[in-house]
Amino acid sequence: MIFSNILIYFVVIPLVMLGGLFLCRNMNQIRTVAVIGSTALLALSVYLMFDFLQLRAAGADDIMLYQGSWMWFEPLNIHLAVGVDGISVAMILLSAIIVFAGTFASWKITPLPKDFFLWLILLSTGVFGFFISIDLFTMFMFYEVALIPMYLLIGLWGTGRKEYSAMKLTLMLMGGSAFLLLGILGIYYHSAPEGGRLTMNLLEISANDAIDHNWQYFLFPITFVGFGVLGAMFPFHTWSPDGHASAPTAVSMLHAGVLMKLGGYGCFRVAIYLMPFAANELSWIFLILTGISVVYGAFSACVQTDLKYINAYSSVSHCGLVLFAILMLNNTAMTGAVMQMLSHGLMTALFFALIGMIYGRTHTRDIRQMGGLMKIMPFLAVCYVIAGMASLGLPGLSGFVAEMTIFVGSFQNSDFFHRAFTIVACSSIVITAVYILRVVGKLLFGPVQDEHHLQLTDATWWERFSTITLIVCVAGIGCFPNWIAGLLHDSFIPIIEVLTK
Amino acid sequence: MDYSQFLVMHQEIGLLVLILLIFLFDTFSSRQVPRGLSMFSVCLFGLLTVGGFVFPWDKAVASAFGGMYVTSPVMVAIKNVLNVGVFIVLLQSMNWADGEFMRIRRGEFYELLLITLFGMYLMISARHFLLFIIGLETASLPLAALVAFDKNRYESHEAAVKYILTAVFSSAIFMMGLSFVYALAGTLYFNDIAGACFGGDAMLIVAVAFVIAGFGFKLSLVPFHLWTADVYQGAPTAVTSYLSVISKGAAAFSFFVVMVQVFGPFYGKIWEWMLYALIILTITVGNLFALRQKNLKRFLAFSSISQAGYIMLGVISGSAQGLGSLIFYILVYIFSNLAAFGVISSIENKTGRVDMDSYNNLYSTNPRLAFTMMLAMFSLAGIPPFAGFFSKFFIFSAAVQPGTPALYILTLIALINTIISLYYYLLVVKAMFIKNQEECVIPAFRSTGSERLGMWICVAGIIFVGLFSCIYNSLISAAQMNTEYIFTLFAN
Repeated sequence: MIFSNILIYFVVIPLVMLGGLFLCRNMNQIRTVAVIGSTALLALSVYLMFDFLQLRAAGADDIMLYQGSWMWFEPLNIHLAVGVDGISVAMILLSAIIVFAGTFASWKITPLPKDFFLWLILLSTGVFGFFISIDLFTMFMFYEVALIPMYLLIGLWGTGRKEYSAMKLTLMLMGGSAFLLLGILGIYYHSAPEGGRLTMNLLEISANDAIDHNWQYFLFPITFVGFGVLGAMFPFHTWSPDGHASAPTAVSMLHAGVLMKLGGYGCFRVAIYLMPFAANELSWIFLILTGISVVYGAFSACVQTDLKYINAYSSVSHCGLVLFAILMLNNTAMTGAVMQMLSHGLMTALFFALIGMIYGRTHTRDIRQMGGLMKIMPFLAVCYVIAGMASLGLPGLSGFVAEMTIFVGSFQNSDFFHRAFTIVACSSIVITAVYILRVVGKLLFGPVQDEHHLQLTDATWWERFSTITLIVCVAGIGCFPNWIAGLLHDSFIPIIEVLTK
Repeated sequence: MDYSQFLVMHQEIGLLVLILLIFLFDTFSSRQVPRGLSMFSVCLFGLLTVGGFVFPWDKAVASAFGGMYVTSPVMVAIKNVLNVGVFIVLLQSMNWADGEFMRIRRGEFYELLLITLFGMYLMISARHFLLFIIGLETASLPLAALVAFDKNRYESHEAAVKYILTAVFSSAIFMMGLSFVYALAGTLYFNDIAGACFGGDAMLIVAVAFVIAGFGFKLSLVPFHLWTADVYQGAPTAVTSYLSVISKGAAAFSFFVVMVQVFGPFYGKIWEWMLYALIILTITVGNLFALRQKNLKRFLAFSSISQAGYIMLGVISGSAQGLGSLIFYILVYIFSNLAAFGVISSIENKTGRVDMDSYNNLYSTNPRLAFTMMLAMFSLAGIPPFAGFFSKFFIFSAAVQPGTPALYILTLIALINTIISLYYYLLVVKAMFIKNQEECVIPAFRSTGSERLGMWICVAGIIFVGLFSCIYNSLISAAQMNTEYIFTLFAN
């Protein structure tokens, strides 16, 4: 029975929320539905995490736990197949936290609050569905479900050049998924040895190991690029700054926090896991591209004056680091990559939430027109400093743990090429410090630029609630990294196994 | 002669009886009753549609008249799919057909429309080119009269002249091709031609090219598409929607049958490459021209050209999976395109506006119409979880199934084109939802009951046809049954 599987509820709850939202008539009802739904998701994902850890401790050693598979389209052997390992559990938890915080961050969204939440929840349906799927078709379907609401969310509720940004973002991401679709079809038609039953199930494809090397040379790049576009890989990152800058607060949070992680997750779950031969052979090309993302993103952030652009470029840099670490193809670096996904997701969500709150008060995001906010709105300013410190990797916060793991892991590769690129990527830490400290100094501690700003008030209760949730998580990962490492511990072993075979 | 073989044609006979009933009703009823005739026709046709599904279609295997006419599950399936489309078209045109202008013409409208459907039935079931040509002509000529139905509008006349000239011209080319085929094979039975033709002949190449060109006009493939936009714009919206989905669907199915059954053995040698080039041209040119259209009917004309290119991907695969996916694509395309046409005709009837600019901020005045239009656009663009995503996925998967690199490249080109098409479909969404600073020129109004019913059916189709896998699964299994009627020679 399909509903006896706990994972299905990550899709069912958002769908029920969508139904509930349709019936809502006023703002209070909408908020009630959104808060109850996102709390339920958060509770479910926390439960899932503890249950998962217990099962693992009790000796369950399948690659994926909670597996379920229901036939959907018989002629193409498409199943609705679900299952999670430690990485997916961590990603689900991250998504739930950010959806929860995003709900509170858009407490007073106008106009059309009902439509806003409808699209936002549809987006999160796609995200959760993607992380629980182990069937290529359903994975791809949920991936696209998560992409298209962005168009309306940015176009309708965004700011600045919103129509342009929304169109650019949608077309570029959909362009990526066009390559991805071809990759998925190619994988499907080579998923079984001659005469065997073709399959879309990730685990079966990997077990069959039937994709021959010539096809891997073709399928690996298009699949990797397909997901890499969403992971803001150079030179396909240009949607990201415009998109993030124009999006409304909760959408920026969800997009930078969760959606960009879909790219990184897909890269190792599909591209590397299913085509290990080509991954070993071709990873250097993408390593160069992601290395450029890391450094170039950081340098670009240094010269921006719009708060959201600074953060968007910083996201390009940090998400580049995720792909960079994945391409190092060893356990430590990959664990670091997932930690970086979590860390960046929470920290960027926090950043965008704070920027949204500041913008809601000052009505400008230009750092040249603001200053001395520490005096005016101390709570928000302190939170901003914390987010900044996490971003530049202060020990005790999440960024340090993630970047440390990544660079240690990357340096484990003994050849000159990988080590040289690790050193280049390391330089991004310094550049990050430059742009973070520049903003903090100018925006929070500089002289007050506009006397109207002196009248502004500090955060309201829902804003405090939203930001504190995220800060607790950021500090949690930073102080107790073992707790996350335990979750991720065994998850990369199957991938490393196929890579070294 | 054994008259019982007429019973094999039960679907055609049912439709013919229905046409006669409408004719009698039209002749003997009072012309003053405002809604009588249209209500009568729509209800009767609704019954016929439902009847088609109730009949145990998976057992319907028979041939009649010495093999000139055959029926098999997959043919029943495509006829049922077309019935659903025609039913929606009739529902959406009721408001227009009830108008004062149509008072003395109502009967002709329904009769002509259904007679073309009858012709398409024959095209689908014919296994001899003689019967096929009768079907083809029955399906095209009355449509010219329908296109000219708005006889007070200049554009309608122009469109009709363009349509009739193209139709006649394409039939002529088609029959020229057939005469070559006859000269080579000495028979016009689908099954016998391939065996009797000896491949590689220059004459055969010309014959195949002419047949493809003939179909190209019907399906409006580039470079045979030049009539499409003008005819779509000039014809009454009800006829345009009929042209864009029903004629196209029937022609696509019979194109598949003719190419695979008649010319199957020459697939790799002759027509794969012709079709390959046509598909690329059709999808790309259709998309590029759609980008700049401001009139929504012209816009949908070019969008339907590129959609025809996607449908042809099912033909180039030449497999049962391709055929099943093609029918599924047509079904989904019927729902999506008719939803769009439903909104357009509803607004056109109310305000006379068909340009995209007057749709600015439609969401503020007519949220439901805007929402329906958005679903239609998303489905046409292939966005999940709407049906268009599934139909695109399946037709692409059928296209790459043979596994040659050339087909992968073709699919990649088609996929890149979906991104271009997404851009212009999103332009409509943008006009309706995002341009919310502007005043909407279309006032809030309530569509008539029949229009709303038609749109509800479309919306339900867009949302559920993809998610409920039983529809696709049963179409594929229908395509795999009784393959002797279609795939006789292709397997070798």
